[in-house]
This record gives sequence, structure tokens and C-alpha cells, in this order.
Amino acid sequence: MDPIGCATFLGMLRYIGKRLVNYLILLYVAVSLTYLLAATQLDPATLFALRQPPVPPAVVEHQLAQYNLSDQVPLWQRYLTWLGGVIHGDFGSSPTGVSVTDQLLVRAGVSLRLLLVGTLAGIVVGIAVGAWAATRHYRLSDRVTTALSLLVVSTPVFVIAHLSQFLATGVNRATGVQIFEFSGETGAVGSYPWADVVDRAQHLVLPTLVLVLVGAAWLSRVQRNLMLDALSADYVRTARAKGLTQRQAAWRHALRTALVPTSTYVTFSVATMLVSATFTEQIFGFAGVGSYVVESIQGRDVNAVVAVTALAGACVVVGAVVSDLAVAALDPRVRLT
Amino acid sequence: MTVLEVRELRVSFPSETGQVWAVQDLSLTLAAGQILALVGESGAGKSATALALMGLLPAAATVSGSVRLQNQELLGLDDREWSKLRGRHIAMVFADDPSALTPVYSIGVQLVEAVQIHQDLTASQARTRARELLELVGLAPATGVFEAFPHEISGGQRQRVLIALALANDPAVLIADEPTSAVDVTVQSEVLAVLRRVREHSNTAIVLITHDLAVAAELADQVAVLYAGRAVEVGPSTAVLGAPRMPYTIGLVRSLPQLDGPVGPLPVIAAGEIAATGCAFAPRCPLANEECRSRRPELASVTDGYQVACSRQPQVEAASPDALFAAPSATTAPARDAAEVVLSVRGLKHSYRRRGRGWDAGRTVMALDGVDLDLRAGQTVGVVGESGCGKTTLLRSILELSRPRAGRVMVLGTDVATLTRRSRRDARRRLQVVFQDPMAALDPRLPVADILAEPLVITGWSRAAIPGRIGELLALVGLSHDHAQRFPQQLSGGQRQRVGIARALATEPSILLLDEPVSALDASVRSGVLNLLQDLQAQLGLAYLLVGHDLAVVRQLADQVVVMRAGRFVEIGPTPAVLTHPAHPYTVALRQAVPSLNPTVRRAGLPQTPTEELPPAALHGVGCPYRGPCLRRAGLAQADRDRCDSEDPALVLLGADHRAACHFTKPVAQ
Amino acid sequence: MVPLLWPWRATDIDPRAFLSPPSAEHLWGTTQAGRDVLALTASGLGKSLVIGLLVAVLATALAALVGASAAYLGGWFERSMLWLIDLLLVIPAFFLIAIVTRSAESSSGSWWLLVILLAAFAWPLSARVVRSATLSLREREYVLAARYLGASPLRIITTHLLPNASSLLIIDATLGVGYAILSETGLSYFGFGVQAPDVSLGTLISSGSNLMIGYPWVFIAPATTLVVLVMCVNAIGDGLRDAFDPGSTPGGL
Repeated sequence: MDPIGCATFLGMLRYIGKRLVNYLILLYVAVSLTYLLAATQLDPATLFALRQPPVPPAVVEHQLAQYNLSDQVPLWQRYLTWLGGVIHGDFGSSPTGVSVTDQLLVRAGVSLRLLLVGTLAGIVVGIAVGAWAATRHYRLSDRVTTALSLLVVSTPVFVIAHLSQFLATGVNRATGVQIFEFSGETGAVGSYPWADVVDRAQHLVLPTLVLVLVGAAWLSRVQRNLMLDALSADYVRTARAKGLTQRQAAWRHALRTALVPTSTYVTFSVATMLVSATFTEQIFGFAGVGSYVVESIQGRDVNAVVAVTALAGACVVVGAVVSDLAVAALDPRVRLT
Repeated sequence: MTVLEVRELRVSFPSETGQVWAVQDLSLTLAAGQILALVGESGAGKSATALALMGLLPAAATVSGSVRLQNQELLGLDDREWSKLRGRHIAMVFADDPSALTPVYSIGVQLVEAVQIHQDLTASQARTRARELLELVGLAPATGVFEAFPHEISGGQRQRVLIALALANDPAVLIADEPTSAVDVTVQSEVLAVLRRVREHSNTAIVLITHDLAVAAELADQVAVLYAGRAVEVGPSTAVLGAPRMPYTIGLVRSLPQLDGPVGPLPVIAAGEIAATGCAFAPRCPLANEECRSRRPELASVTDGYQVACSRQPQVEAASPDALFAAPSATTAPARDAAEVVLSVRGLKHSYRRRGRGWDAGRTVMALDGVDLDLRAGQTVGVVGESGCGKTTLLRSILELSRPRAGRVMVLGTDVATLTRRSRRDARRRLQVVFQDPMAALDPRLPVADILAEPLVITGWSRAAIPGRIGELLALVGLSHDHAQRFPQQLSGGQRQRVGIARALATEPSILLLDEPVSALDASVRSGVLNLLQDLQAQLGLAYLLVGHDLAVVRQLADQVVVMRAGRFVEIGPTPAVLTHPAHPYTVALRQAVPSLNPTVRRAGLPQTPTEELPPAALHGVGCPYRGPCLRRAGLAQADRDRCDSEDPALVLLGADHRAACHFTKPVAQ
Repeated sequence: MVPLLWPWRATDIDPRAFLSPPSAEHLWGTTQAGRDVLALTASGLGKSLVIGLLVAVLATALAALVGASAAYLGGWFERSMLWLIDLLLVIPAFFLIAIVTRSAESSSGSWWLLVILLAAFAWPLSARVVRSATLSLREREYVLAARYLGASPLRIITTHLLPNASSLLIIDATLGVGYAILSETGLSYFGFGVQAPDVSLGTLISSGSNLMIGYPWVFIAPATTLVVLVMCVNAIGDGLRDAFDPGSTPGGL
């Protein structure tokens, strides 16, 4: 590598390093705040309050203390214990003794399987539709897609999810075949070859479609605006003056330039993937990270809530850094020194 | 052989008030190898014409008429057919703009694309051709432009790249839309030289669109003057610009500040609207009569190849231009003896850190490298220089009214480093600024009255006294009471600048700093504002520190001229001395690069070598800041040249108050 | 207001009609508790709209002040504000609000807390947008002119910077309403946002979703109302943006 390239690369690493350290500090503060909030607001003792036969307070207390969840122990002490665990990669346990770290890893896997295809497909479709609509500005096809994406963006995810289940049931009934399954990740498996793959696919189709629809609608709106800006820029006019047709100028020059800010939105979207999928997971019964949060809050599981927060925060941090890298890679005007 | 024929071209755009006609009944003929200049002010329809000839008007525009390129009708073609012609037979050079080139592709890639669209070449053949094109426009391989990205090259280099793009396929017709308005004057003369070479070399026909009459005089064979979307005078450039016949053109030529013209108040074209019926210029024309106002004059031949759209030709011939557009009499200033020094600068330095982006990626740049200046009451010092020389930094440093990085600034006898918050407030009352772009200098959300009231409110004028003062200020700058309630967007460029001047005068300052006060204005209103500034100076005894790049404008107002380069003063002296007998090679080059309306006088003295555009970082530091392109240095012995490189030249006294910073200047003859 | 147009109130129970489909008496049917769906939806609509408007106004006002001051004053103030903004963006707002509102005392009127929390997490994103707009405005010549006249930073921010950013702020606030309503609805759906006995479109949709198959009207009424409401708000915001500021993007990053 030539000397200038080397220096630039090192400069870039240094810049990323600085940003990363800054974000890690932020993450630490954010997660700590969450711990303090969760530990003070969520009271695991109430879980046992309504049990029949009633559990003696001393037993409850003992159990909670074991898992570092007792409110008899001073907050700062609990915090330090928790922090100690985290440094070793252990996020503690639920009030019932389930290891949070284990749960999180399992559920993260489930979430990933659910989200990956849908999110990525949504991004690709969103960019394509948005860019295409911009080239058809003022025409019917643009107006229709704009209106449709407005409709989808204005509808909460859970409404779309419920509606899709409703429609799917209708299709299932109409055709007499259970094409769509939407309860959980797997279900009754037949005995033909590839049966489990088909089963998983059947369960995935509907939530993936929902994710694609929602993701594409949002990103297409963004992309359309960015593309419109790029299309009206001077360099597109220069490109056409060279002899490129409108379409060639749009794809080769406008889109390539518009991809720079798009990459920021895309990384943001991927980074917040886990959180925004909470609804989809709940409704389609996937035991992933999103539903874990909901269950943890309802189940007064302090450690779990904090752990998921840490994961979500970490995703945002990674997303921010990746976004910087992507912009630097795509835009020659940005040199990270 | 005619390559381009335009018949009754009409372009209109929809707007809230109905259709707006940008171009009406325009007819032109262009022969191979001919250069035609379309001259006019903003709104005259020049760019609309250019875009119509390229088929690049927005979809909402309505175009009619006929445009025939080498006998092929262009209007009505679809995008695909147009793309085959654009860049190949007819090409356009746009005015430089940071976003004129796609930011994500290198220059080389964009040039190669231009070539490969129309020619069947391999990648390496295309690259070779691209490099040839860059050499043609004066960008040698050493400059590294081929690999660079658009943000990494200077404005002058970008303009040349835009020309190279247009020439990629040897078009028969080249349309150049304001190819020099965004570049420095030395680069401008080279851009014009490139266009001349192209015409000689390939017999390319060129349509040059410009608002600068002198540029048109330099380059064009034929000139068409546009007013309100119509051609009002068409003919050979020497005739149209040397002895015009249409009152508008006469007024335009008369009101231009010229380096070899008289100093003093300039003739002014009266302000007025564009008339919808009759002759569009009638409201402003000194010869207009009823017939002019009711019937629109058509272009009629006066002599062979020379047409004028004016029904008062006999009267025009009878009157002399001086009588039609007379210069107003000068306001005499009351006699002042030994004017006091109101602003004094010693050894002023200012630096900033350039982050590692852009073409002049350096570390710390000395924008001001030790300058000395004295400004006296009632007098004007004009600072001239090209972009990046530090003249704007000079103004801003003084305006900050705080301790400079190095050096000393004294305003009205007080060292600014000793100012407290309160005394700084007082100092601000006495030192005010007028900005270059009146549209950007006035808050678009405030009516004129509020804009003028702001300085009064800040400096604690009583509420009751403010309306009266606003009335005074408006009268002072030649505006009326109705203007007080209008918003900046509703005023013309000249009126906006007058408001800016009025605001600067509100607190009764003694010193006015002016940053290119007329360069953003149309040519026909510049003389009015310049006259106003001269009058105000005489009336109020103001001292002006004027900064600009236009030598002719500076000459109008300045008693003393300073030439600046790379943060240093290279020549300073009385205006007549510096501009008629420049001592420093840079001043000589600047002076020669300025285009003139009478080009035969000047064409002999064009610089021989192209200007090297070194990034400012290379200019700062030890040695003479002009040593790169200096012609005087080129003619020296090696030992002397080394002295230029290693030793900072100091300002040497040459004649009465005339100094230049060059090791090899002889004292100036008196 | 509704009682004037419609005889049923949200809390009224019609003992003759439990889970009855839309009819002349109950235009949009009734719930399993016998409440009139139209009245419930209207009440929920009102609550969601009020929350949305309050959040948007609060968030935009705070964002405008912080964003403009940070950009204009620069220095340590800007750095600390940016750090604060980054912090608020890293924390997943959904979780935090869920925790706090769930455990707050369930009572009518606790939705105020929700408003404050939603605004607290909504302003950082807008503040970034205001900041970048102000950074470009800061170098405009009329701002420089005011500075060289001796105007104080406060005067410059309030007289020159904010009014010229007002179109941006209005667009931001309008789109913020839609975003706030959707956030509130999402939280309420899970039981985290608006708590009983308060009613919002989110709580209605949530209770309606269980009965969707068989008694769809309990779900469809609030869902459709919500979508129409947010669509209108977003459409207004889009329209304003096209009119004022064609160079910005939704999502405000």
C-alpha cells in the first residue's frame, strides 16, 4: 500500500477508534441509567404476591437476593454486583433463576432468523421503488406509489400484522389448504423430504411480507426525496448535456450520489431492526428479543430488560460506526482524518 | 456555411401569475467558426435560450419556433434523439458551480464517459483522449486533475474541465453559458484564449452567453443584445459595442466603469419596469415617445448585417451618447485639511486550520500574513486581489474588533485589543459594513423598516426617534417611503443594495467597510450605486475600505489601491500611479487580464504562459507569493530566481507613496 | 362534544347489546362490555390526538431552542448538547417509557407522564435537524450583519435564526404529531402507554385484536380511525414540506 494510502487508512482507524470510545462511554451511561431505572421501577416481589398458596416474604426475599434482585439490598450494591457480572459477560438471572445471557442468545438467534430476510428485502425494494418513483415525478405511477407508501407508513405495524393474519386465514379457508402458518416459528411438520424447511418457510412468509412492506414503505419515501434532490442537481444536467439520456443520467449519476445519504438511513434501519420488530414478534408468536422485552417488563425481570437495552444500544452504536464507514466508502468528499 | 439557424424561438414558463415569457421571437444565424455573443442582464433570456438550444429546458417549459442544427430540426425531438446530438454535434459549457460535476466520480471517469457515449473506443483509447482534452484546456498531467475528484480541484480548474467535457467529441456548435463569470480575471483571460484556440483549430461555432460586455468584445465576432427576452440589437461586435445604436446598449456601454475611461460619476440608466406593451425599454429610455410605448419596434436592418429594434433611430443618430446618458455632476466634498487617520492596521496576521479535505489540503493557512494599512477620513482605500488572496479575511478580521492573532488594529485612535464589551458597542457604531450580495445580506423575513431599525434598537436609540431616522436614511440612499414596508424579495437588486447601505449608515459611522458592493448587481444598476457611494462619501465625510476583484470598479472609488496576494500586500499606492504604471509583475498581469470594450487596444499584451494554479498552501511561506507564474522571474538569471524562492520581498518605496514588494523593481517614473 | 352528536358516551354500558355488530342504534357496534364502539373510538381519538399534539409541540420547541443555540454558540455548549442528544438516541425509548409507565400508578391522568416521556425522547432527533439548518444559516450574511451591528446572541437566535428556520420547524412538528401518535399507540397496545381507565386508540386496537376473528368491528373501527388520522397528519406534513423546503427528507436524520 502506498504511503498516502497507509496514512489515510491509519487516520481512518484512529477516527473510528475515537468515535467508538465515545460511543462506548455513551452506551455505558445509557445502560447504567436503564439499570437504575429498571431496578427502582420494577418490583419482582409483586410476582410472588398473588400466588396461591402465598409465599412467605422471607422465602421471596431469599430468592430475590440470590439473583441480585432484592430491594432490601442498597441500590448501589446491586448495581456493582450487576456490573461485575456484565464485565464477565453474565447479565444475571430472572426472578425465577433463568440465565438472562442464555435466554438472550437463544432469542437473538430467533430474531435474526425472522428479521434478516425481511429487513434486507425491504431495504432493496425500498430503494428501488423510491428511486424509480422519483424518475416518474408528477406522473400517475409516482402519485400512486407515494399514496400507498403514505398509507403503509401511517399504519402501525401491529395493525398490518393483524390484518395480514386476517387475510391469511381467509386465504387458508378459501383454498382449504393451510398455506400460511402464523403461530410461532415452527409447527406440525409433515414427513416428506425438506418438510422442516417448508414448515419454517410457511411460518416465515407472513411476517417477512409484513417486514418487507413496512420497511420498503418507509425507505421508499426517504429514497424518493433524496433522489428528487439528486435529479434536480446541476451535475445531472451536465450529464445529459454530454449525451446521456434522462434514464442513464438518473441511474448512473443521480442514484449513485443519492446512495450516500441513503446509506445512513439504511444503517439506522438495520440498527434499530431488533426493537422495531417487537410487534411483529409478539403477533406472530416468535420468541425473539422483542417479545423478550415485553415479557420481561410484564414479568418484572430487571436483568433481562437491562440486557436487551444493552443489546439494542450496542446495535445503535455499531450502526453509527458502520454508517460513518459506509459514507466514507461511498463519498469521496468525506475523508475521515 | 451556416451551422445553426434559429427562427422565432419562444420559451415560456408557467408561474403563479400565468405564463412568463423568457424568450420571444429570437432569430439568429451562426456560421461555422463564428463566435456570437448573447449579451444581456439577468432575466434577459440568455440561459433560457441556451437551454432551449440543447433541449435541456424543464418539462414545464413551452418552446416554439425553429432551431436547425446543420439542417436538422431540433425542436420536437424526443429524449433519445436529442441524446445522440448532445455532446456530439452541439455541446454546452456551463458556468462553474461546485455541483456542476458529479461528486462521486473522478474527473477522468467523467471525461471518459463523455467520450465513450458517442465514440466506439476502448477504455485505454478513451483515457488517452481524455488526457488530450485536459491538455487542450491547459490542465497538464502534472496537475493531477485526471485522478482528482471535483471537490479536490479549484474553481478555475473545474471551469476548464467543463470546457473539456464539451469538446470531447469535436462538436460543430459550442454553447458557453457564462464560462467566465465564476473565475478570477487571470483565469478568465485564459478561458477566453482556450475558446479562441478551439475556434481556430476545429472551426467550431461558438455561442457565448455573458453579461460582461467586455468579455463579449474580447472574443465575439457578432453580438446580439437581449432585453426582456428579445433581441434589440444584433451586429458585428466592434460596431455594437463600439458605436451602439439602441438606447439600451448605449446606456449600458456608457455606464460601465472602464479602466481607460474617466473617473468620477458615471452615467446612469434610469430605473424602470419592463413594459408589457410597446418597447420593453421605453420606461427607462431617454428618447421614448408615445409611439414607442404603444407599438413594439421590430428588428430592422440599419446597415448590412446590423439590425436594431428601435423606432427612434434618426434621433439616436442625431444625438451624441453623452447627451443621451449624461454623467451626473459630482458632489464636491467640503475642503478638509490633513485628514485624520481613522483606521490603522499594523502587522495584522490571521490564520486558520484547513481540515484535510479539498484541493488546498494544508495544515495552518496564513490568510493574512502581516499587512499594514492607513485609512483617512473622507478617503477610500481599495484592496484588489483574486479569490483566496485574503481580502475578505482582512475585512472580517477588522470587523471582529477583537485582539488579532498578531499585529495591531486601531479604530479611531483606540486599539481594539483594549475594547471592553461596552466600548466595543460604541466602536461598532462608528465602523459598519456593506456586503456583496444584497439578497443574502437582508433578512428575508423582515420588512425594510425593521431591517433599518435593527441597528438603532441595538445601539439604544429612543423608540420615538426611530421612524424619523428611518425616513432620513431612505432619503439618503434615494429610496422612498413606500419602500419601508416592503420585503427584500419585492425590491430590485439595486434597491436591496441601497437598503444595505442605508442600514450601514444608520448609526452615523465614520468608517464603512465594503465587500464587493456592486459585483452581485446587474450592469445597468451598478453605476447608480457607485455614484451613490461617491456622493455619500463627499456628503458625510466617510472613509471607505473597499474590497473587490474588479479593477475598474475599485478605480472609480479608490484614492489608494492595494494589490493583495496570498495574504500579503504586493503593491500599494495612489490609484492612478498603480493602475497606469504598475510596478509589481502581478499587478501588471492583473491589469492586462482585464478585458476591455476596445480590444484592439489591448490584445497585443496578453500573457504568454498559462497561470499556474498553485494551492494557497504552497503560496504561503517563504519567498515571493507570485513566483510561480511571474513573467519577470522567468526572464531572470538562475541566481536571481533563487532569491525569489527563498527571500520574502519587502515593500519598497518607489515613488510618491507608491510601494511594491518585488526584488527586481525599478523606481517608477513620476 | 360527542354527546351532542351521539347519544352514547364512552363509559355508558348498554345492557341489551353485548358484542353486537354495527346497527342503527350502535353505528359501529358494541364491545363485550356493552360499550358503544363509536363513542369509545371518539374518546380514544381525542386522547391520541391530544397526546400527539402536545408531544410534537413540546419536542419541537425544545429541539428548536437547543438545536439553534448549540449551533450558534458552539464550543463546549454545543459539544455537551450533542453528547446529550447522542445519549438519548442510544437509549431505546420504547423500553424506557414502557418501564416507567407500566409501573406508574394506574390512574386517570397518568397520561401526562407519557406525554413528557415521549417528548423527552422525540426532541433529540429534531434538534439535530435544527442544528444542521442553523449551521448553514449562521454563515448567511444577514446574520453576520446583525453580529457586526453588535446584536447579542439571544437576539440573533430569536430574531433571525429561528424565524428563518420556522418552515422547517412547522414541518417537523407536523410530522412529529404523526410519529408521536404511532409511538403512543404502540406503547398502549402492549399496555405500556395509556393506562386504564383512560382509553386511547392503541388500547382499543389491542382489545379489539383478540376478537378480530368473529367480531371484527371492535378492531376495524379504531384501526381505521388511527390510520386515517395519521395519514392526514402525514399528508399535511408532506405537503408543507414540498411547499416550503423541498430539500429535506422524512425521518429527519
